[in-house]
Amino acid sequence: MTRKRRRLVFVLAGMVLLAGAAAIVLSALSDNLVFFYSPTDLVTKHVPDGRRLRIGGLVADHSLHKAADEKTVTFDVTDERNQVAVTYTGALPDLFREGQGVVVEGVREPNGTVMASTVLAKHDERYMPPEVVDALKRAGRWQENAATAAKSP
Amino acid sequence: MIIELGHFALMLALPLALIQAAVPLWGAHRRHAGMMALADLTALAQFALIALAFATLMNAYVTSDFSVLNVAENSSSAKPLLYKITGLWGNHEGSMLLWVLILTLFGAAVAWFGDNLPPALKARVLSVQAMIGAGFFLFILFTSDPFQRLANPPLDGNGLNPILQDPGLAFHPPMLYLGYVGFSVAFSFAVAALLEGRVDAAWARWVRPWTLAAWCALTVGIAMGSWWAYYTLGWGGWWFWDPVENASFMPWLVGTALLHSAIVVEKRDALKTWTVLLAILAFSLSLVGTFLVRSGVLTSVHAFALDPRRGVFILVLLAVAIGGSLILYAVRAPALQGGGLFAPVSREGALVLNNLLLATGAATVFLGTLYPLFLDAVGGPKLSVGYPFFDRTFVPLMVPLLLAVSVGPFLAWKRGDLRGALQRLWIAFGLAVLVGAIALYVTQGGPILAVGGLMLAAWVGLGAITEWIERTKLNWRRAIHLPRAAHGMTLAHLGLAVTVTGIAGSAWQTERIVVMKPGDNLSIGGYTLHLDRIGQSDTPSYHAERADISVSADGKAVAAMHPEKRTYPLEQMTRGETAIRTTLLADLYLALGDNDGKGGATIRAYWKPLVPWIWIGAVFMALGGVLSLSDRRFRIGVARRRAPAGAAVEPGE
Repeated sequence: MTRKRRRLVFVLAGMVLLAGAAAIVLSALSDNLVFFYSPTDLVTKHVPDGRRLRIGGLVADHSLHKAADEKTVTFDVTDERNQVAVTYTGALPDLFREGQGVVVEGVREPNGTVMASTVLAKHDERYMPPEVVDALKRAGRWQENAATAAKSP
Repeated sequence: MIIELGHFALMLALPLALIQAAVPLWGAHRRHAGMMALADLTALAQFALIALAFATLMNAYVTSDFSVLNVAENSSSAKPLLYKITGLWGNHEGSMLLWVLILTLFGAAVAWFGDNLPPALKARVLSVQAMIGAGFFLFILFTSDPFQRLANPPLDGNGLNPILQDPGLAFHPPMLYLGYVGFSVAFSFAVAALLEGRVDAAWARWVRPWTLAAWCALTVGIAMGSWWAYYTLGWGGWWFWDPVENASFMPWLVGTALLHSAIVVEKRDALKTWTVLLAILAFSLSLVGTFLVRSGVLTSVHAFALDPRRGVFILVLLAVAIGGSLILYAVRAPALQGGGLFAPVSREGALVLNNLLLATGAATVFLGTLYPLFLDAVGGPKLSVGYPFFDRTFVPLMVPLLLAVSVGPFLAWKRGDLRGALQRLWIAFGLAVLVGAIALYVTQGGPILAVGGLMLAAWVGLGAITEWIERTKLNWRRAIHLPRAAHGMTLAHLGLAVTVTGIAGSAWQTERIVVMKPGDNLSIGGYTLHLDRIGQSDTPSYHAERADISVSADGKAVAAMHPEKRTYPLEQMTRGETAIRTTLLADLYLALGDNDGKGGATIRAYWKPLVPWIWIGAVFMALGGVLSLSDRRFRIGVARRRAPAGAAVEPGE
């Protein structure tokens, strides 16, 4: 093979590979984009059922209930204007508490509750997930003292 | 007073770095020996100054000097000494000081061990190192000063985030930084080569050991982080495609590609521009990794820095370093002379395939990690990319890579014989199929993808062993005389096989989550767990709720396990302490959940077959790298004898 032919083979192989990778990436991306909503968004915007989504807010006080088997829990996530009920089966993070920030990933059921597959709690007292801050700000419930607390490094 | 000395040393390092960035570069251009030699002196002095600064801060931590803000915020007098020490890099400011300590250490090492380098190349490398250093000194001095004093020192500090009070995480950041910053040397060499307009086999021989060292440290660092997540987060996940994990994984992927392409430059004088690009990208991704973790733009365990000013500063630093080096690359790379010819089916061809797949893999991870940030930055919707994205893009790309790993070493340089290579591998192929059949039979309809994973792992491992047997002919004398790099490759590829085995095996895990009262039994994975009691225990740092569980198999007691739930009053945090019993073939993993208030508690029990292999494999890979690093041709004296010959190309094997 001449130098040019060889180079052509490499370029073609590289392009085939890249095209394949791009195809995989695009198809996987379209299935796995998880949009973020605040509880108010879920009430006011049209959100299709059955799509994975993330919601962020505070765990509403006195809303945490455990089912008899101790594995399934239900709680409400609130931005202090609207709230949404969440059902989750599995182990809650150690830092999960009522009144604290949480990000829930799951699917919305036709009855309006969110069936969670992942629950992320904040990892220490000073840290608030940015999505939660955002949701609270949009609901006009963001307090400045909380803001400085969340921003201190 | 001592801490001010450290602050002063850091300030003094900045002008020194600026001098080192400018004078040797000018000297290299003018061929002025004195100006070039200045770099050695300043590089060593920089390291001495930063080491002094680091030592004073360490002293403040060890003696619990709470008049220093950084110590007061991140330590307390009741902590064990280990966590007082590691508290230094458990926070943003201290960890940046560690970053520059390692950077100047590498700079000093190039100055000290680089006698055999051509003076102009060495001067340029050290000048680029100093530019990076100057950027980071400025960053620390202006946005993240760890030496700030408090006017009214508190009696005790705020303590250290409990999730960081752990031996696994204590040494995770230093290893990771050794890797990140180690790539800075490859980067400096690449930029210096672009400035000189020359890349040859000798250049590759100098770059490769630094890259190898960085790669080994990064491998260990990533494995430590994954292991820590596994035993600490309470449900035994070991990889989450979390942005911060991805941030360390991307430089690892590109660094792995760089290791392999540098071989081609060294042996065959080909793939030069590509290798230079990889060196630039590996360090650029390390910088992006630092940016991702340190700017606080991510929702992540690691986001303990939430200061936008720092983010902007790092963004500018990134733009200058990455943008500048890529522009230089675009201008100068075409001038680099293309090297040896090779056929698509050849050792070089196989290494090109390796590079293409690793680089594409890194690109998909990059896309999945940064796409949400990008959309957010341009005012698009807030979203995240779910972890299935990574499974569906990255894994398919790694399958051909694993298939090719076994074949590549059997191909000759320049022009290989694919059919011959496959013929020599038929035993490995047969055994891999057998492994798959046995796995199917034993697990009775387990996940089919995991069976495929096991077969791939067997193929990679057996391929590496076959190649080693062919090389050594099982003759020890022959094996000893082989270059150590050859054994290193075998060990690293075996490590890859072991890790893939662990990943595949984890698919067969079983879990039970139940509320148990003292006296209750639970069976999982062939074990019977008996909850003896739920008690309390206290240490100065935390209060623990603790379950005493006796484990038996076939009626015989095998272990007593004690998962705990720890509450840290000072930091007001709770974290679980899992109990793991490993047989190296499988882990029994217990975590203590919430108390139900009626004398019982939630116990999460998992049986995880083959999971320990994930980290054992990583250790093998790193050891393989160390073994290669000890190869004769990287040793100083040997290289020095060869250096006058300049671009002497080693004959292909």
